[in-house]
Amino acid sequence: MCGIVGLLVRNPKMRDSIGELMLPMLIGMTERGPDSAGLAMFGAPVAANERKFSLYSGVADFNWTKLGHDFEKHLSIKAKVEPKVNHAVLTTTLEPETVKIWLKEHYPQLHLLSVGQLMDIYKDVGTPAQVAERYDFKNFKGTHLVGHTRMATESAITPAHAHPFTAGEDWCLVHNGSLSNANSLRRKLQYEGIEFETDNDTEAACRFLQWRMREGDDLETALNHGFEELDGFYTLLMGTSNQLALVRDPFGCKPAIIAEHDDYVAIASEFRSLAHLPDIKNAKVFEPSPKEMYVWKL
Amino acid sequence: METLKFDLDAKPLREVNQFLHGDASTLDGKSIVIENPNGAHNIAVGLKSDVHVTIKGHAGYYAAGMNQLAKVTIEGSAGSGVAENMMSGVVHVKGFASNAAAATANGGLLIIDGDAGLRTAIALKGADVVVGGSVGSFSAFMAQAGNFVILGDAGEGLGDSIYEAKIFVRGKVKSLGADCEEKTTSPEDRKILADLLAKSGHKDVNPDSFKQYGSARTLYHFHVDNAGAY
Repeated sequence: MCGIVGLLVRNPKMRDSIGELMLPMLIGMTERGPDSAGLAMFGAPVAANERKFSLYSGVADFNWTKLGHDFEKHLSIKAKVEPKVNHAVLTTTLEPETVKIWLKEHYPQLHLLSVGQLMDIYKDVGTPAQVAERYDFKNFKGTHLVGHTRMATESAITPAHAHPFTAGEDWCLVHNGSLSNANSLRRKLQYEGIEFETDNDTEAACRFLQWRMREGDDLETALNHGFEELDGFYTLLMGTSNQLALVRDPFGCKPAIIAEHDDYVAIASEFRSLAHLPDIKNAKVFEPSPKEMYVWKL
Repeated sequence: METLKFDLDAKPLREVNQFLHGDASTLDGKSIVIENPNGAHNIAVGLKSDVHVTIKGHAGYYAAGMNQLAKVTIEGSAGSGVAENMMSGVVHVKGFASNAAAATANGGLLIIDGDAGLRTAIALKGADVVVGGSVGSFSAFMAQAGNFVILGDAGEGLGDSIYEAKIFVRGKVKSLGADCEEKTTSPEDRKILADLLAKSGHKDVNPDSFKQYGSARTLYHFHVDNAGAY
């Protein structure tokens, strides 16, 4: 199964309460995905010359202060580290490639979840309510978000296997469904020099789109290639710096429902997750057609 | 007529459904309103008495599934499998319906005012289905009996491997499935269509504006020359 949620807040006055608006959406998808949950939050941007790196330690007592000191000492550059339990967001002006190499060398046990100027990613095992509580999702502020609740069917239940996955700066994807050709896609993409972190089928879809966009495709063209090459069932919800995008597989095997309102656009696997949004009675509620791309811009 | 109200924000759905499964003598002729459905699954499934249930909002999966005798009105949209395996009665969705509406339904009438998703009336076994809008791909797949009226368009593969169900489409058909072909509408079939239009709130729609589709009956028995069509 799995549940997906997305929320893009059009009304600037409501952006400070995006976390609160989202929480019942994520918890509404508990029956579809009780084993892990994740959230990509697009918030206030860092300075133009800075990048944020979302990190995951796997252990609750990780010494984030030491990581900050080591980073500044080794690289002679300022870094801000904001820990949240076993996640932290590191902000620095250093080139992403240099940061990645440094992390791999000095902190190989850390997972780098995302890089960008707007997006933070949190994902962990537990029910959606537990994960939301652990990272205080309720108080998140921002413009748009992509969330996921997972019921694992094809690979292990670990934080790294949870969604969202990323494929570039301020770019993330969540998936409801399963792919039957994930292994052959992975082999093909590894041959193209694309690196994988897990054996998860969604990561294969994500890396496929990453590869297409690296080859010059825009998102729409990349997704059209996806319709040809991804074999299986999927509803994919993607977030970028200024938009949310949604596609369903040509057989409409996995669900999605959309509510468009003057104040927000909300997307979920089922209406249960949209029912408690403000003034939902006056939203335009509809089901997206299979094999069509839906895009909402800020 | 006595009206009873249930609020799903206050009362668990299981208790509401158990009440609706009570003895027919206590339920017949009653009118029940269900408030705050909020997309819950399995609302008003398995009803078997002459009761009128109104769902004031959007229903989740399998709403009014296995219905017998009851009239169920959903004022919003319905999730997958609305009126699945219905035996008799009437289910009316005022909004749109998701995939597999009226799957395997044996009898009764399903009315959908809006669009319906993929695989509508899949394996239909005798019920009548009237869709005011359009239906998605693979609708009426292996439909065996019953009547399926579509006022809008139909997606790909309509009526694939169909048996004896009758399909009437007013709009465009993107493609017909294997062994499904256009038929000439007989006076009897025209009457079936006109009656269904009248029963489902479309009495002003001209039955002559529909095309009829049904089985070419070439796939009933395996024949090696047809292997490619299976």
